[in-house]
Amino acid sequence: MLETKRSLRHILIGIWTFAVLIFVFLPGATIFLASMTSSRYFTFPITSWGLDWWRKTFASLEVRALLSTSLSIAVIVTIFAVVIGFFGALAFARYDWRGRKLYQKIVLLPIFFPQSVLGLALLLWFNALGLPLSWKTAVLAHLVWIAPVVTLVMAIRVYSFDPSLEEAAMDLGASRWQVFREVTLPILMPGVFSGSLFAFLLSWGNFPLSLYTTGADTTLPKYLYAKMVAGYTPGVPVLGTVSTIGAAIILLGGYVVMLFLTRAHASAPEDESPDRSVLKASQ
Amino acid sequence: MSEVSSIIADPGKRAAAPILVLLALGFAAPLFAVVAFSFMPPRTFGFWHEPTLANYLTIYTDNAYISLLWSLALASATVAILAVICYPIAYGLVWVFGRWSTVLTLLFTIPLFVSENIRLYGWVLFFIKSGVLPGTLKTLFGLETGDFLFTPAAILFGMVYVYLPFMLFPMTLGIAMVPNQMREAASDLGASRWQVFREVELPLSMPGIMIGSLLTFVLAVGALAESKVLGGQRIIPITHDIEIAFTYAQNWPLGAALAVLLMLVVSVLVIAVLRRFDLDQILGRR
Repeated sequence: MLETKRSLRHILIGIWTFAVLIFVFLPGATIFLASMTSSRYFTFPITSWGLDWWRKTFASLEVRALLSTSLSIAVIVTIFAVVIGFFGALAFARYDWRGRKLYQKIVLLPIFFPQSVLGLALLLWFNALGLPLSWKTAVLAHLVWIAPVVTLVMAIRVYSFDPSLEEAAMDLGASRWQVFREVTLPILMPGVFSGSLFAFLLSWGNFPLSLYTTGADTTLPKYLYAKMVAGYTPGVPVLGTVSTIGAAIILLGGYVVMLFLTRAHASAPEDESPDRSVLKASQ
Repeated sequence: MSEVSSIIADPGKRAAAPILVLLALGFAAPLFAVVAFSFMPPRTFGFWHEPTLANYLTIYTDNAYISLLWSLALASATVAILAVICYPIAYGLVWVFGRWSTVLTLLFTIPLFVSENIRLYGWVLFFIKSGVLPGTLKTLFGLETGDFLFTPAAILFGMVYVYLPFMLFPMTLGIAMVPNQMREAASDLGASRWQVFREVELPLSMPGIMIGSLLTFVLAVGALAESKVLGGQRIIPITHDIEIAFTYAQNWPLGAALAVLLMLVVSVLVIAVLRRFDLDQILGRR
């Protein structure tokens, strides 16, 4: 009796989750459908299917410039955010130091802040400093929000890191640089990887910060917004589909790489089991 | 000088330095600039004028604070609706779905990385006349539907949609903090399902639920695209007023003053909630 009630509850939870998942992907599916018509306006059910708008969109030089601007911003943001976030995460979760608790909360503040307001505040600030707005100022704006997110993502990995490994390597005569390269970095690699994935994707899809801080340069989300407000063009669904599928591929591909990384790491200590046992004994 | 050498000597401070410098220059300084600007005379563009309260008076006399109230109301409604939608899913991710949880989590993560205006535009094409929903209803059942787009309800709908992951993931973390033995012990001692939920599961997962609600609220209060894309600006949120002041109206001091009001609400909430939590415990330090 109790069991059937329990399994009924589990089935209901499963159905609910599935329904919400459909809700989550419905607009993406709609955008995809809209990109597949050959007519100027979208009407459903679709009467004339075609890939004309895909061809036209990718032939456009403007779109290529957009993609390259978005890509440059995302790559540069990723590099900086990962380096800053790596050390930020060590300070967040690894070292015990005075002021750590306060530091943890300071790092969270930009995440718990409305992005549109942050974008405008940065616009005002760049203007006060006399910095001309371009994709470079957008990199800085993205970093203010993304570096804390990456710090947090990496900190979760750092929490599961055993500091005595570093100490043991030090005792065995490794230099500071060797410890970093041979112990700290390999163990934290999955965190570095998921951190860079987050950084890249969040920068690629960001709208509220780019809107105010790119100046005359335009990123993909900003361009799409301008087109949407101006009226319907079938290029919008095409680019929307590209960015949705792109995000999905990068994320799922990243997940697979991640599985390999953790598996490789899990099997590594097997080969060095004598060292491990020495470590355990010394604790 | 001794301050500098202590930073170099302490590995924690040394590691924290880059991000703290970034946040000082890219977060604290701009916010101070906004506060300073809000006391400048209307329609000026420098920091070197006599400070004045004129902008705050304008907000009061022109009823500009109404848009702030709208934003707060919409954000509160978003949080309440999302708490109800997300709890069963978060519960399922922790206790029911087993090894499928990772894949499901991944699926819920994907939309986070597609900019919100694209996804909202998908809803426009879904609901618009001759869009997916009205088109389907018409061909299958011959039904004519009323307009849902460009109503206040559509704005709320869009906000619930966009901010779902921000409620779901912290909530899942919170529910994962409840020890299974505790739930089983309560059941074994004769607690009903409802009692287990109310006395054990809910209180112990509260940190995650609170952080999810806070994050959702704070982001939703700054929502802008929802009202523009889905709502046809039927309701004017405060972010819209701020944007207008900064762009078309070219009245930066007024925009800054409105932003200060919003920042006040947000920072009071964030500081009040975050100070109660030990992040080490929530994020999993052993």
